[in-house]
Amino acid sequence: MPKLSINNMTVEVPDGATVLEAARKAGVNIPTLCYMENLQAIGACRVCLVEIEGSRDLAASCVMPATEGMKVQTNSPRVRKARRTVVELLLSEHDGDCQTCNRNDNCELQAVARELGIREIRYPGERSRRTTDSSTPALERNTAKCILCRRCVTVCSEVQGVSALFPQNRGFKTVVGPAFCKDLNSIACVQCGQCAAVCPVGAITEKDQIDQVWAALDDPTKTVVVQTAPAIRAALGECFGYPAGTLVTGKMISALRQIGFKAVFDTNFTADLTILEEGNELLTRLKTALVDKQDAHLPMFTSCSPGWIKFAEYFYPGILPNISTCKSPQQMMGAVIKTYYAQKLGKKPEEMFVVSIMPCTAKKFEAQRSEMGRDGVPDVDVVLTTRELGRMIEQAGIDFRSLADGQMDSPLGESSGAADIFANTGGVMEAALRTAYEVVTGRPLPFENLHVTPVAGLEGVKHAEIKIENTVPDWKFLEGATLKVAVAHGLINARKVIEQVQTGQADYHFIEVMTCPGGCIGGGGQPRSTTNDVRKARMAAIYREDEGKQFRKSHDNPAIRKIYEDFLVKPLGEKSHHLLHTHYHERKPF
Amino acid sequence: MIAENKPCECCQEAASTEELYKRLDDVMKEYRSKPGGLIPVLQIAQGLFGYLPDEVVQRISRGLNKPYSEVAGVITFYSFFSTRPRGKHMVRVCLGTACYVRGGKQVLDAFKKELGIEVGETTGNRLFTLDVARCFGACGLAPAIMIDDEVYQRVKPTKIKEILSKYQQPATAEGKGS
Ligand code: SF4
Ligand code: SF4
Ligand code: SF4
Ligand code: FES
Repeated sequence: MPKLSINNMTVEVPDGATVLEAARKAGVNIPTLCYMENLQAIGACRVCLVEIEGSRDLAASCVMPATEGMKVQTNSPRVRKARRTVVELLLSEHDGDCQTCNRNDNCELQAVARELGIREIRYPGERSRRTTDSSTPALERNTAKCILCRRCVTVCSEVQGVSALFPQNRGFKTVVGPAFCKDLNSIACVQCGQCAAVCPVGAITEKDQIDQVWAALDDPTKTVVVQTAPAIRAALGECFGYPAGTLVTGKMISALRQIGFKAVFDTNFTADLTILEEGNELLTRLKTALVDKQDAHLPMFTSCSPGWIKFAEYFYPGILPNISTCKSPQQMMGAVIKTYYAQKLGKKPEEMFVVSIMPCTAKKFEAQRSEMGRDGVPDVDVVLTTRELGRMIEQAGIDFRSLADGQMDSPLGESSGAADIFANTGGVMEAALRTAYEVVTGRPLPFENLHVTPVAGLEGVKHAEIKIENTVPDWKFLEGATLKVAVAHGLINARKVIEQVQTGQADYHFIEVMTCPGGCIGGGGQPRSTTNDVRKARMAAIYREDEGKQFRKSHDNPAIRKIYEDFLVKPLGEKSHHLLHTHYHERKPF
Repeated sequence: MIAENKPCECCQEAASTEELYKRLDDVMKEYRSKPGGLIPVLQIAQGLFGYLPDEVVQRISRGLNKPYSEVAGVITFYSFFSTRPRGKHMVRVCLGTACYVRGGKQVLDAFKKELGIEVGETTGNRLFTLDVARCFGACGLAPAIMIDDEVYQRVKPTKIKEILSKYQQPATAEGKGS
């Protein structure tokens, strides 16, 4: 436990801590650009320079170990001057058109320049080579804004296990991007947007589709409705200065109404629907395996997360038959709106325009998959990320903080608490177990408050075993069985679980995979910056939302019962098959 | 593209693409578990194929279980790797300060015109690849160019036809006796 002095304040830190961590502990802010908490400390950007007594050179505090008796100055004239030079050099080659940049007013480079009081750039240099890449439905790249911090490289390889990005070329010509500076669309990228979530600048961003939504709202031939994913309500507030973990469900609904959507529906409704479809699919597969003794492609994997689907299509095509055929809740909602709800309104599917608000950039990709629609009409027309919704509310001139709480519309706005927790890692599993266990045994899931705590939280791979006893007669064949489940988030963890399954080290029945660390609450389209503390706060908010619901289990949602009575008939039935289920296909990684 | 392979150096008999792939796979087997094996494998692959076509790079990525982006990053970092076919002769025009002010640019333009290619490209007959360089230490007698290992100084645009003609005969492009 070394003790050191930061700006003449004494602070004690754990062994192995860096000077940057020590400074943060002492309440001293040091600017950083390449550093990422728990993920990357490489000393690349040199913005975090500090002066250490007795040492000739300034040191990058993010990589400098804190040692006993060290005397550190973070704000000396020499430090200020050096940091300024570093940032001026970055700015000298930077495509700095802030006013038209996606990151205007929420850019780490802008913020550092402001903190350092930079008023002129003394080294007018050649601007970096500009290549823009709009090849994918989800993301935009502009290499002239890239500061070569490598955050995206690290996230894509170490968190997602995809490794789509790497520095190409050398020196002034260095470009961080796909192999040989190809377009993202021509290589194996799962569109998760985790790179865009950590990029400090406007070099990788979500593809902004706000104007398409304004145009639809302005089109008198379209009935424009919106759905919001479970994870939005726990994060949107951050765009308006609320602390992470503030639930803004009611204000979000009011804002969407003011923007002009004809109806505000809840993706939660189709999350409940997913549980009925997917829960039954799991039980059917178990029956096929245990009673009919046929290959039922177990374990079954969840299918809600489109980045995960694309990942499996590239890297593990052999497990595609194991992935649930259920469309994701976003796509189910689009399909239900354009059929069931359109019929109620007396509209044709093509007169409906469905906008989704998603925490996820991969949802933009998913919405335009050719499987996701009928007769040339897509289930979902435009997907906006949480960040885009934040900007759209701003563009509409809405004072978000002063909004009154609104209510979701009927009938596609009603949901159980089980749907809320789809936002968290472990949540789909918990929601499925709440229903499946009760179907099989006639009793509620035996966990306190219905929370399957072993599969909750930020651990990368989690598992649980649930003993099934005293079944109802229909499910007698499961008597005495132990259901084994696993949960992974962050695709590198999905790799670990799949490899365990493929090598026979694990015999799970059901596996939940979410692409992003923490689940959708940590999605690539959520407000920046998503640290582990932010993830925990958003997750806690989601559990609060769940616990506050009248119904906690998907099968108890009266609107779900009604849609089966009126329209779908039964889970896995003919209509469901047509509207709510899909298939996958292998993709070549090269 | 890979069909037109360089002839096998030892026995003057052109190896088929399949055979070259097999040799590459054998090489990778040997290097797979060694740290730092990527660069030697790339060098050997470039030796086998003459350059590093995309299919070869992808095969190396799979074979060594290294991300495609990273393999490409290494290839584009080092100038001795080439992802385009290279000619038998490497023509490099100096654009260092001294050469530049004394007409290096005009010399370069003359080569482009004469060979009908841009910088980094190779002539259709695979004889010449054109590249630029930054100083061979021949500044005193600028502008300078280099063809393979030979430096030419005080080059005039009007002289380049003559210089090139030395390399055009006989039909070595087909690899006889290289
Ligand atoms: S990345 Fe930041 S500094 Fe650069 S143009 Fe965009 S807002 Fe401005
Ligand atoms: S979207 Fe995901 S997979 Fe694609 S480059 Fe970014 S981090 Fe990697
Ligand atoms: S794209 Fe963004 S995250 Fe990636 S290296 Fe450039 S600035 Fe850093
Ligand atoms: S934050 Fe320390 S060098 Fe970039």
